Amino acid sequence: MVIRMDATPSGLTVWLSGELDHHSARSLREQVDAAVVRSSATVLRLDFSGVTFMDSSGIGLIMGRYRLLQSRGGKLLVVGVSDRLLRVMKLAGLERLPVWETAPVDTKKKQGVTRK
Amino acid sequence: MKKPMNEMKVTFPSRSANEGFARAAVAAFLSQLDPAVDELADLRTAVSEAVTNCIVHAYRDEIGMITIHMKLYADGRTVIKIRDRGCGIDNVDKAMEPLFTTGGDDRSGLGFSVMESFTDRLRVSSHIGKGTVVTMEKYIAVRHRQARVV
Repeated sequence: MVIRMDATPSGLTVWLSGELDHHSARSLREQVDAAVVRSSATVLRLDFSGVTFMDSSGIGLIMGRYRLLQSRGGKLLVVGVSDRLLRVMKLAGLERLPVWETAPVDTKKKQGVTRK
Repeated sequence: MKKPMNEMKVTFPSRSANEGFARAAVAAFLSQLDPAVDELADLRTAVSEAVTNCIVHAYRDEIGMITIHMKLYADGRTVIKIRDRGCGIDNVDKAMEPLFTTGGDDRSGLGFSVMESFTDRLRVSSHIGKGTVVTMEKYIAVRHRQARVV
């Protein structure tokens, strides 16, 4: 998993790309948390558009960063989530967490494509 | 019970770098059934959860071996057994409850929920001090294979 970070006065943006599992989440978590503390950012934007695989480790990553930002009086934003990733996140009810810039929409359902 | 038309077994140590290897190995073997993108992604995710459980829980303070035994049947049934010789689970029903975890703050406790949601059948058999076997079954639709032959 490769990450790219951009800290601006308006907040910290982290672009994730590759496979997000327990193995990659560990160092990712450390890097992101260190950057949040270093930049004293109040908004953390996690961009998942480059993530090709995610298991429940991604849920833990989001929940943990949500709590971290909350404890610092800040806000976590989650963007660029594909249908596939959303399916995993929904198992934890993450679509109800106030972290979305726009409400997560399942595009396949919207188009009326039958899914199993 | 019918014989599988093909099977494979792969054993590797419980290092977290092997989570990606386990997914790739299962995906590569499954490719002969020409699975749909969603079917493949479902199995990759379920396998990732099972192997992560072995690493995080079964072999919490040690490195042990994990074995994946995968069987493909003519009707599209795919059976994947993931076995460890680790500490075992004290209470399987409790461990399978959504959100229950002993893995710490950044584990969601949803591993078994993901396996259950993304496969057609999940069985867990565990003995304290002897290890755990997770058996998952998923039907891969035969339509893809017929389409390819025609």
